[in-house]
Amino acid sequence: MDAPETAEPLGEPLFLEFFYLLRRSGIPVTTREWLTFVEALDKGLVAASLDRFYAIGRATMVKNERYYDLFDQCFTHFFLGADPPHALVKAVDEWLENPLPMPELTPEELAAMEKLDLDELKRRFEETLREQDERHDGGSKWVGTGGRSPFGHSGVNPSGMRVGGEGRSRSAVQVAAQRRFRDYRADLVLDTRQIGVALRKLRKLGRNELRTELDLDDTIDATAKNCGDLEIVMRPPRDNELKLLLLMDVGGSMDPFALLVSRLFSAAHAASHFREFHAMYFHNCVYEQLYKSARLMDGMGTVELTRWLAPDTRLVIVGDAHMAPYELTARNGAIDYFQNNDEPGFVWLERLKKHFTHSVWLNPLSKRTWGHPTINLVSQIFPMFELTLEGLEEAVKRLSIAPHASA
Amino acid sequence: MLALQRLREPPVIESFSGTESYIASQELSEAVNVALALERPLLIKGEPGTGKTLLARAVAEQLKRPLYTWHVKSTSRAVDGLYVYDAVQRLQDSRFGDKDIHDIRQYIRFGALGRAFLSESPVVTLLDEIDKADLEFPNDLLHELDAMSFTVVETGDVHTAKVRPLVVITSNNEKELPDAFLRRCIFHFIAFPEPALMARIVRVHHPHVRQTLLDEALARFYWLRSLPELRKKPSTSELIDWLGAMLRGGLTEEALAQRIPYLGTLLKKEQDVESVARRGRGWTKH
Repeated sequence: MDAPETAEPLGEPLFLEFFYLLRRSGIPVTTREWLTFVEALDKGLVAASLDRFYAIGRATMVKNERYYDLFDQCFTHFFLGADPPHALVKAVDEWLENPLPMPELTPEELAAMEKLDLDELKRRFEETLREQDERHDGGSKWVGTGGRSPFGHSGVNPSGMRVGGEGRSRSAVQVAAQRRFRDYRADLVLDTRQIGVALRKLRKLGRNELRTELDLDDTIDATAKNCGDLEIVMRPPRDNELKLLLLMDVGGSMDPFALLVSRLFSAAHAASHFREFHAMYFHNCVYEQLYKSARLMDGMGTVELTRWLAPDTRLVIVGDAHMAPYELTARNGAIDYFQNNDEPGFVWLERLKKHFTHSVWLNPLSKRTWGHPTINLVSQIFPMFELTLEGLEEAVKRLSIAPHASA
Repeated sequence: MLALQRLREPPVIESFSGTESYIASQELSEAVNVALALERPLLIKGEPGTGKTLLARAVAEQLKRPLYTWHVKSTSRAVDGLYVYDAVQRLQDSRFGDKDIHDIRQYIRFGALGRAFLSESPVVTLLDEIDKADLEFPNDLLHELDAMSFTVVETGDVHTAKVRPLVVITSNNEKELPDAFLRRCIFHFIAFPEPALMARIVRVHHPHVRQTLLDEALARFYWLRSLPELRKKPSTSELIDWLGAMLRGGLTEEALAQRIPYLGTLLKKEQDVESVARRGRGWTKH
């Protein structure tokens, strides 16, 4: 088939649209990565296959599994979308594989070709199978190869359903539509491992600039260069200087998040790279007492705690900040009646904020609900972040910046 | 003419499709082939036990290329993979040896990446567990991986790859990798295998396992993985060990109906074993 001469090269404008779709949907694709993809096209790697378009597009442009789900959605939108641009229909036709010669299609034939969604496609497929009773290649209805029917393989139909062929059981469109990577999204729940990875970012600020450790390799190097006269080279130690205090709200409205908070705790606890790690508990709001156990036993005075911990200890408070306003603003407002606090909760919160140079509040509630009065009030004291992977990363960034900037 | 024609030309490159002992998904094979064709590094991420390291071996085996491996450690420096200048040997020789110590070249030892660049024929290089090293480590290799060339500072020699090797990099996701590094790589995330693929993988290791036992074992395995309270989910290699233990112990699917034998081969944390014990025979409800 002769390729028609056109002023603009076929293909590129279309892919460009896909590129911008990816960017619009929040996948951080850069020009460099797009050019890599174009290079793959140029080398003929995509070779008229939608499956390959999917695999190669993703491998060249998506660099984190957390965006795989978004990519799947873009892909299905782009190729199964209700009203795809005409240029797309045409180009997809060109891409599909064809062990049999590609049938010549007039624009009228193309226009006549139906665009179907997956459910409709499955239903029609089953119907067609019932009607069909022999092998069939070519043509526009039966399941076979080299035809224009939506079913079979090596055919040309934009929303085609693959039936067998080359040991591939699912077409890219169907695979993408399954959204297998939903669990890897960053805005969903966290597992211990992901929390660990996020917390590890706190590590780099642990670098001590003082050169107090013997650098054996460089000493040998320097000594050899120095004709064997001993030349000592020192280097800064790699220990993490970071101290972390984790304050966790337990009980009541936090119960639904108990698992999530325990994951955060176990990740922080397992992260052996902190110089100090302390975890304390409170119920709803911090007052003069904090507790070493989640059952709110084994108390310790909040003032005592601030004397004991250096101001450069990073403070992370986890709680929904969802309480009755008086718990925050009134004397004796604490939810537990035995806790007769002389000072209202927010005074205690501000005291903590003042003592520690770096502090954040992680809220397991979704940002949409942060209009609640007490959440609003607390977020004016502490920078508040959602307890999701994204939120945690933001919070870690906040904890890593220079102290004067965070004041 | 045209983009269209180029699109239709079948690619003439060596390609990878998985081997007898390494089952690669379609998407993984495509990623390998893109990396081969574009001569870019291939970054492989995935849960432990999804076969990231084995991939490089399988690719080397199928393409009949030698494999150079560099196991990155927390103390690894980027330059170590290229070459190491053996100053100690030189110092030693200056005192006791009869070698010409002015010839510095004999004290340059090339690393896995350095040898790959020097090779006359194409090779596969594996940078295993790049996330183990310092955060800056990947950035230190940007130029070398881009240009596939490096300079030996001690001698001033510049070595540029005559044939660009396939560089396979694995990451266990212990650390986020720098964006500049990611932009240069072809990326593939090996998703945890679905039961059907897992059955094939297990068959590679235990060819004679009875289908009924395998089905039951897989059901338990995926049930365990679905428990939200587990701190460390069992992975493929643990499943294979577990089945191995059951086969050697002569256990049958009946034993599985009552309890999960050899739970310790699947779960490595005490809390996890406890929470599964608390659940009891929870899987029967599923």
